[in-house]
This record gives sequence, structure tokens and C-alpha cells, in this order.
Amino acid sequence: MATRTQAAPTTWPHLGLGARRALWAYAFLLVPLAFFLAIRLAPAASSLYISLHEWNIISPEKPFVGLRNFQTLLADPRFARAALNTVRYVAVGIPAQIVLGLLLAMALRRVTRLRGLFRALYFMPFVTPVVAAAWVWQWMYSEQFGPLNSILVALGLPTLQFLRSPGQALYAITAMIVWQYLGFQIVIFLAGLEAIPRVYYEAAEVDGASGWQLFRHVTIPLLNPTLVFSIVYSTIIYLQLFTQVLNMTFQDQGGPLASTLTLVLYVYQLGFQRFRMGEAAAATAVLFAVILAITLLQMKILSKPVEY
Amino acid sequence: MATRARFDPKVALIYAVLAAGTVVVAFPFFWMLSSALKPPMEIFDLRFLPQQPTLDNIRVVLTRTQFPRWFWNSFVVAAITTLSVAFFDSLVGYALAKLRFWGREVIFVLILATLMIPTEMLVIPWYILSSSQGWINTYWGIMFPGLITAFGIFLVRQFMSGVPDELLDAGRIDGVSEFGLYWRIALPQIKPAMAALCIFTFLGNWNAFLWPMIVIQSASMRTLPVGIALFSGEAGSLWHLIMASSALAVIPVLLVFAVLQRQIIEGIVLTGLKN
Repeated sequence: MATRTQAAPTTWPHLGLGARRALWAYAFLLVPLAFFLAIRLAPAASSLYISLHEWNIISPEKPFVGLRNFQTLLADPRFARAALNTVRYVAVGIPAQIVLGLLLAMALRRVTRLRGLFRALYFMPFVTPVVAAAWVWQWMYSEQFGPLNSILVALGLPTLQFLRSPGQALYAITAMIVWQYLGFQIVIFLAGLEAIPRVYYEAAEVDGASGWQLFRHVTIPLLNPTLVFSIVYSTIIYLQLFTQVLNMTFQDQGGPLASTLTLVLYVYQLGFQRFRMGEAAAATAVLFAVILAITLLQMKILSKPVEY
Repeated sequence: MATRARFDPKVALIYAVLAAGTVVVAFPFFWMLSSALKPPMEIFDLRFLPQQPTLDNIRVVLTRTQFPRWFWNSFVVAAITTLSVAFFDSLVGYALAKLRFWGREVIFVLILATLMIPTEMLVIPWYILSSSQGWINTYWGIMFPGLITAFGIFLVRQFMSGVPDELLDAGRIDGVSEFGLYWRIALPQIKPAMAALCIFTFLGNWNAFLWPMIVIQSASMRTLPVGIALFSGEAGSLWHLIMASSALAVIPVLLVFAVLQRQIIEGIVLTGLKN
């Protein structure tokens, strides 16, 4: 077979060798490609299929219902609440994370001693098992027995209800999430700041730029790719919040009064506690569309060349 | 540059801010440990330190719950998944970066596109598949979705592109097989990236919650996160036990982090910036 050299592509000088290598490549890819087809692409398609059917795992009848699941979702105040809450988590958590992360990264760059230790301490929550951390925070937020309220009392301030209050719970959970991702954000910013060539600062200083001007006109523009990456990456994470919320509000998941409910928690309850998988799949399709839009938007922004 | 011994109030302020920040960041760890060591009588005291520290809570969690079993389950799942990811991701990454074949670009884009599919979208079909195949409550059921990752393939491909072709050609002349080129020549060249990939895969699976929570139904098959969540939910107000179980889950991870701190943080930079 190797002697038949008809229609040899010009890019392969030796068809025999090239074809042999290509066969090896296909052999290497066989199992992984089957995996991606069976465990990623087919289930994604299947999820879209399920979203168009009334799908209760217990009943054998799974009739096609068109877009009815989507209509049901849109009419469900809990879905609207989950979507609104998710926007709130993003709107509060990400700016907090970015501002604190950038401040602390810039502070870390100014110190020489203990830098590694500080960096490691800030990073610790990122590697900590989320479930355990969420329960610790739930205990810290305890209205009567938590240390946060005892600090407030010691300062002469009124106590807060934290996770028990529909007005405060979402922000209390956001604080935990910012705590968890802050160290990651700092490390990303440290690398971004490191990549800015020193000459820009030196040139600006020669021109008499103040510290704020340096920050505003050198650091921020040159840090732009890092900022875009951070915002997009964190937004995708915040859109999929689940573990922290479920564990911090375990006794009344997503409560009080659905004030902390997220889209993924909504999907989980609908699909796996009430077994309405058609509607749950429809909700994930909506989430997928949003994530897809954000990713494409990011590609568009980041594909612009950065001008130094 | 002779500013070594001079006291600079600005720098002192920066140190103060950094130190204050670490106190806030470290406080939950302190509160967890302090609560874990408090005897039940003291748990509702608002004191920051236990009056009579005890290891009883730890002992109760280790002996009266299935905590050791959950720890083991998490270890098995995370270890096997990491081995599988390290092998398959690097193999595919190598093929996509270093071998020429028809369809290479299409395959790469296809794999990359799967990164955009959120896990939540897949758990319902995975659950239906697992129920029909009898994978519920098995290690395989917990592990199968994560055995090969698009992110890892993308990462390895980036790093493999930096391996010089001359090195591989020299190997070919010496009669090294195609698999040998990947395994003995290319793979050792990207050790730091592989270390980062392994650490993050292990940590990610060690902490995974959504899918294990769905696919595990018996107490003995729980992974650590699922075990802690359900145990804590049942424990009600036994906070000394909840904190002891949390501490038992957190401390080993922090010990590993203390040892591998540099590799982990630099791995984030290495992998994060390659995106």
C-alpha cells in the first residue's frame, strides 16, 4: 500500500512517512475524540433536545412541547429572581474583586520583604475546599453566635442578620466569594503588571507625571488585556455560582425568600429535586446562550491589537 | 539606591495595609480552627480562643462519621482523573501541535468549542446516561465527565508548540517510535506545564461538588465535599463537629499548598497567561 503514491499532497514530501505519522496521530486522537463526542457534544445536543420536551425521569411519556418550557421559565418568578440575583452577584462581586485585587497587587509590588508570604496568604482561600469554607462562613455569619456580630457589638455598632436577612444575604455570600477569588485575582494582576515594560514609567516620570497620572495613563491602558481577561473569566464563574450559595444557605437553599438563589441552583432544584428536567434543560440553554455571547464578545475585544 | 535602612512612611503604610488584609483573609481559618478545638460547652461562647482546647471533635468526626471513607473516595477520584487527564491531554496536545494530518485544525477548534459548554448544561444528560448504564453511585460515574479536558489539551498544545522539531527529527533518525517521541522526548520538555496541569486537575476534582452531589446517592460513596455538605446539613447546630470536619478537609490541602506554594502560584501565571 505504501508504494501507491498517487495524488500525493505537496506538503508531504514522503507520502509513506507522512501517511504513517498521520495514522499515528489518528490513533492518538481516537479515544479522546470519542470522549468529546460522547461526553461533551452529544450531551449538549441532548440537553437542547430535552429542553423541547416535557421530560420527567419517572414518567415514560416524554412528549414534544416546542418552546413551552421556555415560556414556563419566563413566567416563573423564581427564574426571574435567579436571573436578577445572578446579575447582582456579578455587579457587586466583580468590581470588588478587581479593585481590591489591583490595589493589593500594586501594594505587593512596592514591598520587597515578605512579598512571597503575603502572596501565599492571600492565595490560601483559592485552594481551600469551597464546601468547607462555605460552612465556616455560615458559622461566622451566625446572628447570635458569630464572631462578626461580636466584633460589631465591640465597636458599638448594631448587629446584622447577615444570611438571615433577604436584604443582606446576597452581599454576605458575595463577600465570601470575593474572599475566595481575591488571591487568584492578585496573582493575575501581578503577572500583568510585571509584563508592563519599565521604560514607560521612566519616560512618564521624566515628563513629570504624578503617581495618579502614571496609574491612569500608563498602568490602566497597558493592563487592559489583563483587565478584560479578568472580567470575562470572573463573569463566567459568577454566572455559574452554585456551591457557595447552596452550602451557605443549606437549610433554605437559595433563601431567605429566594434572595440568594442563582441560576444554577434553580436548575439543580428544578431538575434534581422536582425532576422537571425539560424546564431545567431549558434554563441551562439560556445560561449557555449568555456564556456564549460573553465569550464571543471577549474574543472580539481581545482580538484588537494592543498598542504599546 | 542606598535607601535600605531609611524609614519610609509610605512603605510602612503599604505594609500596614497588606498586613491588615491578611488578617481579614486569614480570619476564617482561625475561626474554623478555634471552633474545631472548642469543647461543645464552649461553642456558643463568643470567645475567640477555646478555654479548654480539645481534640475530641476531631476524634468524633473521624470515628463516628464516614469521614475517612469520604477522604479516600475523593483521593481515588482525584488521583485517577489526574492521571487520565495528564496522559490523554498531553497526547492530544502533542498530536495537535507536532503531527501533521488532515483535519487537524477542525479537530482543534471542535475541542476548543467544548470549553464554552457549561457543566450545568451537561449534568442532566449525564445523569440520564448514568442511570441507564448503572453508573450512579460508582467511582466511574463520579469520574467519567472529567477524564479528558479541553482546557488541558489547549494548554499542552501551546507548550508543545515550543518544543523544537529538530529534537523530534533527531529522535526519528535514531529510530524512536512515534509514541516514544511523545513519551520520551516531547513530554519531558514541558514538565512545568504538566506539573501545573496535574495540580489544578487534582485540586479541581478534590473540590468538585455539583456533579458528585448529583451522581452519589449512598453515604459510603460520597466524596469529601458532598460528605461535608450533607453531614453538616444533618448536624444542625453541632457547630463544633461541623468545624472539625471542615478543618479536617482544609488542613491537608493547606499543608500541600505550603509545600507546593511556588509551583501552584506560578502555575496559575503560566496557565492563565497562555490564554
